[in-house]
Amino acid sequence: MVVFEKPKSLTDAEFHYCPGCTHGIIHRLVAEAIDALGIEGRAIGVAPVGCAVMAYNYFACDMVEAAHGRAPAVATGIKRSLPENIVFTYQGDGDLASIGMAETVHAATRNENITVIFVNNAIYGMTGGQMAPTSLPGQVTQTSPYGRDVSVAGYPVKVAELLSSLDGPEFIARVAVNNVKNVKNAKKIIEKAFQNQIDGKGFSLVEVISSCPTNWGMTPDKALAWVEEKMIPYYPLGVFKDKTAEQEEKKA
Amino acid sequence: MGNKVLMKGNEAIAESAIRAGCRHYFGYPITPQTEVAAYMAKRMPKIGGTFLQAESEIAAINMVYGVAATGRRVMTSSSSPGVSLKQEGISYIAGSDLPALIVNVQRGGPGLGGIQPSQSDYFQATKGGGHGDYHLIVLAPSSVQEMADMTALAFDLADRYLMPVMLLADGTIGQMMEPVELPEAREPQFAEKDWAVTGTKGRREHHIVNSLYLVPEQLEQKNFERFERYARIEREEARFESFMMEDAEICVVAFGIAARVSKNAVMAARREGLKVGMIRPITLWPFPSAALAEAAKTVKGFLSVELSMGQMIEDVKLAVSCSRPVSLCRRTGGMIMSPDEVLAKIRETAGGNE
Repeated sequence: MVVFEKPKSLTDAEFHYCPGCTHGIIHRLVAEAIDALGIEGRAIGVAPVGCAVMAYNYFACDMVEAAHGRAPAVATGIKRSLPENIVFTYQGDGDLASIGMAETVHAATRNENITVIFVNNAIYGMTGGQMAPTSLPGQVTQTSPYGRDVSVAGYPVKVAELLSSLDGPEFIARVAVNNVKNVKNAKKIIEKAFQNQIDGKGFSLVEVISSCPTNWGMTPDKALAWVEEKMIPYYPLGVFKDKTAEQEEKKA
Repeated sequence: MGNKVLMKGNEAIAESAIRAGCRHYFGYPITPQTEVAAYMAKRMPKIGGTFLQAESEIAAINMVYGVAATGRRVMTSSSSPGVSLKQEGISYIAGSDLPALIVNVQRGGPGLGGIQPSQSDYFQATKGGGHGDYHLIVLAPSSVQEMADMTALAFDLADRYLMPVMLLADGTIGQMMEPVELPEAREPQFAEKDWAVTGTKGRREHHIVNSLYLVPEQLEQKNFERFERYARIEREEARFESFMMEDAEICVVAFGIAARVSKNAVMAARREGLKVGMIRPITLWPFPSAALAEAAKTVKGFLSVELSMGQMIEDVKLAVSCSRPVSLCRRTGGMIMSPDEVLAKIRETAGGNE
């Protein structure tokens, strides 16, 4: 009996991610969701610019590599062309919350029927650890060497809260993958974000609080502890918007 | 012969695109091309197509990229400042070898410039525009009829060569009304392409649409292959109109609306007994260099007529290897030369060679 195997929706390519990076877990959760829903044959993914730039080699479905921040616009084009397909983006914080903020907000407000996986690790990983739109106040990075000074660099962007203020999007949630309990919940929420698209409900975004031991300058276990102690208090977990649930509540 | 209808140039583009089987349009408002979007907004929902007003030109071109990746016909239109914003996406589309149509109804620049017609995006359109080694096929209509014909041609060329094609018009041709015979309507093609992302359906390896090659040998090889295709296009697709060139001693070179003005000047010069002809590039890339080189064997001089400070003139000089003098008649910033201004320059050019 097989008790553990690689999801069908991942290729055999070896991940390039650093040791202790949680991108691997999140890739797996996305692939498991695609497998569980039986949509691998009609899934089309859009990869970002950033650490997950080569996600197109890892997901076994059709993939498009987008320019930095433009994945929601590219996904919009794909979905409008092929409404029966299941289209998702996989983006980091610099990609989604900085350079691609306009594309993110407008795909959300259009309630574009796509699924967005947003990996927030509070840093630009691929370019070597610069301050991200989601870096915490006081966080030391290559471009905030004295700690993020909010009087100069402003405050972190809380994407889930910001998007949930819009009337458009169907589903906005924030999860983490720093412990087994959170991973299990993340799996459930990611699957829901894909199910919503299958059901034609519209824009579903899951913000996944992630760790970056390499650029945070921590061991993997310390990094997971930092997620728990620093990031989750600033970025609380939960479902921020669920239009269908809200409507059902109203009916009841 | 079909029926002729009276249409604005911008509307002719939109209707012709629909007739070419394009069912996806993404745009952002900007003068003087707004009629394209307005036409699409009216028509697309009625025929099961997509009209989407994007949040920016950047988003619009990336939506184009998304549809192009699925193998369907798709277009966007804008005017100069908006086309500058699209350059990143155009580079990605070219780098991913995808077909798409980008329409630039040019206005004066640089910066916010003005809203009057111009041809000053010639460099941007023909020399790359975005980053990296790539070209667009650039078509230059000079009438409303050609707006319609070249839109259809643009989609066919884009599909044939798997690359973005630009229709480089200007505010005059975009706004003016002329009788036009629209091309025959063709149904959209949904044939499965061996590169498009449509879902594997569990029957094939996954397709990846991508322009990233981190191994330099691979990227170089990709660029070599792309430029082999470009070389074939340069050999086979250069288009031009030759006007009164049989015995010409002066060759006017002009495209788009400047060619319309120049034609009048050439005829006026002929009435004065000056042996003048015109070569009108229809494709700006590939530039009809061979035709100009051929003309250089017999003419005494060239006159480049442009609505810019002088951009195409560089390609004219390259084409004739500076073997003949090349002079310039130019207006810029939204101004258009009169036929008399061109005529005066023709006289000057003729006189200078005697």
